[in-house]
Parts: sequence; C-alpha cells; structure tokens
Amino acid sequence: MESVPEVLSEQRSNLPAGPAAIQVEDLSTGYQDDPVLEHVQLSVAPGSLVGLIGPNGSGKSTLFKTMTGLQPPWQGRVLINGQPGRPGPEVAYVPQTETVDWSFPVTVGQVVMMGRYPRLGFLRWPRKPDHKIVDHALEMVGMGGFKSRQIGQLSGGQRQRVFLARALAQEPSILLLDEPVSGVDATTQHQIFELLDHLCKDGVTTIVASHDLSCVAQRFDQVLLLNRTVHGFGPPEDVLTQDLLNRTFQSHLLLLRLGNRTFVVEDPDHFHHD
Amino acid sequence: MIDWLMEPLGYTFLLRGFVAAIMIGVICAVVGTFVVLKGMAFIGDALAHIAFTGIVVAFLAGFSFYIGALIAAVLAALGIGAVSQRTGISTDTSIGIFFSGIFAAGIVLMSLGIQTYTIDLFSYLFGDILSVRRDDLISIMILGGIVLGIILIFYKELLFVSFDPVVAESAGLPARKLQMLLLILLSVTVVVSVQAVGVVLVVAMIVTPSATAYLLTDRFGVMMALGALFGAMSAVGGFYVSYYADVPSGGAIVLVATLLFAIVAIIGPKRRNFWKLATVSPEPSQHQHPA
Repeated sequence: MESVPEVLSEQRSNLPAGPAAIQVEDLSTGYQDDPVLEHVQLSVAPGSLVGLIGPNGSGKSTLFKTMTGLQPPWQGRVLINGQPGRPGPEVAYVPQTETVDWSFPVTVGQVVMMGRYPRLGFLRWPRKPDHKIVDHALEMVGMGGFKSRQIGQLSGGQRQRVFLARALAQEPSILLLDEPVSGVDATTQHQIFELLDHLCKDGVTTIVASHDLSCVAQRFDQVLLLNRTVHGFGPPEDVLTQDLLNRTFQSHLLLLRLGNRTFVVEDPDHFHHD
Repeated sequence: MIDWLMEPLGYTFLLRGFVAAIMIGVICAVVGTFVVLKGMAFIGDALAHIAFTGIVVAFLAGFSFYIGALIAAVLAALGIGAVSQRTGISTDTSIGIFFSGIFAAGIVLMSLGIQTYTIDLFSYLFGDILSVRRDDLISIMILGGIVLGIILIFYKELLFVSFDPVVAESAGLPARKLQMLLLILLSVTVVVSVQAVGVVLVVAMIVTPSATAYLLTDRFGVMMALGALFGAMSAVGGFYVSYYADVPSGGAIVLVATLLFAIVAIIGPKRRNFWKLATVSPEPSQHQHPA
C-alpha cells in the first residue's frame, strides 16, 4: 500500500543531476493528537510540474505546510534542494485565500511587493530592482494594469493572480499552489497553466493542489495522489487508474478516456457530498 | 482668537499637557492602525484595565506608576499572546475573564489603599492631562519615541504580518515574534496614554482616529499618517475643550475624536461601507488581456 513509485520522477531524461528539489522522507505529522500525514515518501525533480490530488481533509495543505517549514514533522524530514526545509523565500506558498481580509488598505502593487520583503531584510526599503521584479511579476500574471487598485476591488480570479504574482516576486525555486484555479474562469485558468509551464521550463518546481481531476489529467506531467499517504506518483497515464483513484478517494470515480484525453467523473450511482 | 488659543499655553503646566496630548494622539493612532485592521480593540481595552491595577500596586508599593503599569500591561500582553496562539481556546472569553479579574483586584486594592494614600487614583480612570508633570512628559516622549521608532524599523514586516500572517511566516518572516511585538507596543501605548485619557477611554483614542482615517483611504501608509493627524487634532481640540469648559481631558479628547469620525462617516467617500458594514464589491474581470 505504501510502496511509492519513486523512480517515476527520475524517468525524465533531460533532468539535471543533483539533489531532488523536494525530498520527503518517511514524513508523519498532524495537529494535536490527530495524524494527518503518515509515512509520506516523495522525491520531486527540479523543474517538475506536479498536480496534487486528494479528497478534502486528505492532507494536501498540511503537506504544503511541512514543505514550507510551517508545520514541523513528527517523524521523518523534508529536504528542500538538499537542505532541511525551513520558512524562507526559496519556497513560495500560495494558500487558499478565504481568510484574507479584502478590505485591508493595500494596493495590488503593495501586496506583490510584500514578496520582496523577506529578501530585503529589516530596515531595507524596496529599490529600483525590486520595483522592476514586482512589475514583471504582475505582467506575467496579466495584472500589469491593476497596480494601484485596492485588492478588494478585484474579482476572485484577479485576486488569485495577484497572490501568484507575490509568490513570483519572492523569486522562489519551488512554488506550492493550493487550489489556484478554483473559482477562476476558463480563460484565466488557461493563462495560469501557460505561466506554470513557462516557469517549469525555467527550472521552477511547482506543485498545484487541485480538485479538478480532469484538468490535472490534461495539464500536468506528473500526478501525486494523496490521502494520508502517497497512493501514487508519476505521469498521469500511469497514476490515474481506476484502482489508484478509488483507493485515494475511497469512493467511486469513473475514468473516461476519449482519444488521448482523460476525464474523471464521479460515478452518479455513488454520488456523495464531502 | 489667537489670544484665546495662546492663553493656556502661557502656563508651563498647561503647555506640558498640550505637548503630551499631541504625542499621545499621534502614537495611539499609529499603533491604532494595526489595532483597527487586526480587530484588536478588545485586547487594547483589556490592557488598559490591567495597567490600572499595575498603577494601583505601584502607588501602594511606592514606585513610579509607569513602571507598575508597564510591567502589568506587558505581562498581560505576553499572556494574551500566548493564549491566542493556542488553538481551541476562545481568545475573547479568556481575555474577558482575565482582564476583568485583574481590574477587579485593582479596584479592591484601590479602595483599601485610598484610606492611607491621598493620591487621587480616579484621575487615572478618567484622565487628567493637567496632572502631567515634567517627569511624566519626559516619560511620554521617550516611550512614545521608542514606539514610533520600532514601528518605523519594522514597518514593512508588520504590514506583511498584519495582512497575511501565514504567507509572511512561510516566506521567512518571524511572524509570531512580530505579532508579539505589536502587542507589546500596544501595551506601552496604553500605559503612556492612561494619564491623559484615562483607563476607560484609552481604547477610543487608539481606535477612533485610525478608523476615521480608514474611511478616507485605501493605502496603509496614508491611513497611518491621516490617523496620526486626526489623533493630534482630537488631542488639541480636546485640550481646549477641557481647559475652557473645565471637563476631564479624557472625555473631551475622545468626544472630539468621535465627532471627527461622525463627520467623516457621514460626508466621507467610503460612507456606504460604514452604513453597509460591507467591503467594496468586487468587479468582474474583463478588460485586461495579457500577452
């Protein structure tokens, strides 16, 4: 059950040699006495674009928090570029945004500039290069014209893109996105995935948690199935099997293959709410 | 008019009160910017009441009220911080129990002590700007200067942590320490202000000018600067009201601050927010087409 196809991530022939971007070794952690993750084993090569899939409460956000160093492991460890993971600009984390106070008096430009603060250090104010990086990050997410807007004046998709821009302004080597395309229109979704493809070619390792299985099947070169532990990790065609999905979701999902495209739908006979 | 304005400033003790009031108005609003945005008003109120007990103890034990109030408020701030960083406990309730209990102890101690001590502790409940002595003014200027200096030093980090603590921490900022620092700055601000505004009304001095500024701007820095301006205006206005109408300075200052808020809430640009208690409604995305 816990056999992890680690080798799959190493299969890409054009990868540079050296430490994995993210190496998770026998990780277990949780909150109070409740374990959320158990014996997670994972090795992600630099420049990978990984879709992270699992039901609600499967530990996706907790896995991200251990990777950013916010959640300490009970057991095992997380290595980022060969070093024990600790909070810092190297790993950019974009959590789900429902706790953000949208009436906070900050502009889009200020929010993105916050991504520069950790690299600037105390008592250092943003300079020209920082402003250039902020402008560039906003251009990359297609929000260049919104710099002086207050964040509350943006739509849901625009807010998501602003937080993505802040993560980019950190100049990270690893990007962790928690449901970045939920509640986002199809055009924006397409733009975000184009951007992620582009970033991966530049060597940024990206993991995207998503509920949208069909989207993950089509957009990602690797899929990670998570529910307390890793149920599968590898190219979509190897991992998105009926058997592994049922094991991950403990429910009945139907896999449809039309030509070379894969769709996942919930079996209507086993409809449930989570 | 000029004579009317200048008359109280001709007396040294009144001039001292005038300067102290401006300083207090400014630091309360600067710290208040964070308090308003983070919803920390109740903590501020609690700290003021706990500081009062520290003052009573200081009088009974015979040391400076600043030391007593500071120790009490900073200890309470650290305690509240520790409680609020644990999950599963309602912070509001524990603060409510905590501060009422300690304030009650202060009231009891005051009643017991007042038979032998002639100092009027009631002035600390309602504020008396004219009781600011030379030493008090020096303390206010030094402590106020330290608070403003620390906020200047950690300005961008405090902004990030206030807006988005989780991401700030994940990006490498010491989020918990910064939040603790904010609580300590708040307790120092409360202590510095208690003499002029009084325990009961300190929280209004911290919250009202910043809230007034919030109605007028979408920028954090502008909100802080405008808040400081409104705080100083309230302090000066209240000072004259207190002098000419012979009313307690705390009440007069807070009354002016509240009036300013009411005026801005009624005629200001964000007034719909005030009435609706809602944020600006989001616009659908359309015009921007990235390459």
